Amino acid sequence: MPKVKVPRKSTLIDMTAMCDVAFLLLTFFMLTTQFKSDESVIVDTPSSISEIKLPDTDILNITISADGKVFFNIDNKNFSRERLLSKISEKYPELQFTPEEEKAFVLTGSVGVPLNQLKGYLALEEMERKAYQQPGIPVDSTNNELGIWIMQGRLSNPNVRITIKGDQFCPWPVVKKVMNTLQDKNVNKFNLITDLEADPNKLKGI
Amino acid sequence: MAELQQKESGDKKGKKKGRKKMSTRIDLTPMVDLGFLLVTFFMLTTTFSKPQTMEINMPVKPKEEVTEEEQNAVKASKALTLIIDGENKIYWYQGIPGTDNVPVLTNFSADGIRKILVEKNSTVQEMVVLIKPTDEANYKNVVDILDEMNISDIKRYALVDITPLDLELIKNL
Repeated sequence: MPKVKVPRKSTLIDMTAMCDVAFLLLTFFMLTTQFKSDESVIVDTPSSISEIKLPDTDILNITISADGKVFFNIDNKNFSRERLLSKISEKYPELQFTPEEEKAFVLTGSVGVPLNQLKGYLALEEMERKAYQQPGIPVDSTNNELGIWIMQGRLSNPNVRITIKGDQFCPWPVVKKVMNTLQDKNVNKFNLITDLEADPNKLKGI
Repeated sequence: MAELQQKESGDKKGKKKGRKKMSTRIDLTPMVDLGFLLVTFFMLTTTFSKPQTMEINMPVKPKEEVTEEEQNAVKASKALTLIIDGENKIYWYQGIPGTDNVPVLTNFSADGIRKILVEKNSTVQEMVVLIKPTDEANYKNVVDILDEMNISDIKRYALVDITPLDLELIKNL
């Protein structure tokens, strides 16, 4: 009896097309996205129809977390972070920073510790610093350190644009305190960071 | 997983001398692996586009103390007050609160506050909206209302501190 020969088919598939797809996607992601910034708290911002884009540099950001803690961040354009730290030691002679602490301050993201704890916070190892639960910058009327940060931040980079990034569920009194602090420092124009939401007026037009 | 060399065609009778013809096909599987690895990396470490921002201008703080009359210079008939309370509640009233101007409860939906704002904006000339968030309000509510101002194209609005009178008004509602 003759055996029926089943032709053995190769299991190899041509990978060229798949390779094309992979690199197409790769190019797409590389061009349209940007790296996540190193934030110490996760903030879920409310949405608005505003379409103004935020510039990458000259940003002084005040983050308010859902539990009402206030964090301060400034980008390091033209070494404004180093300058900010030296300005703070100028103002507070008891706060002198070592070069290591200065370096740590430049590399770290947002700061949310009272000034008297800043030295200890910067002395921590990088991993420890990330894990550390920052208590937030005091914004009470008796001890308003946020005002100092804003003042010195603007002095170290005069072109800075001030943004507030608040969590959806952060209580209004905290935001009000932050806004009052800004107004005390004669900052009457600032930006609120929001997510994009569809404009109902434009939707109607479709 | 190397690709098989192309079968030598037929028999070995026509053995040509010189170079062997090499297949130009390369196994692309490792390259695909690499490609997808990078795609995954970029997907996980990056975010889409820049965050949007909303610009807000606050009034300049007056240098000297202004009298109550000067501060309340907004004509009462043209003022629309929105009180943002906790639990996503919002009250509105027009003019000076009194017997005929009682705060009305509404909500943040398109049929709620937006309808009122659009209607008032078209009927009242030079309307000024006063936004008064209570201490129970959260940030989202306030941003939503500021956003409603943009949506209904209201140019004049102000964030104002809540007064005890307003709190008294909404307490019994």
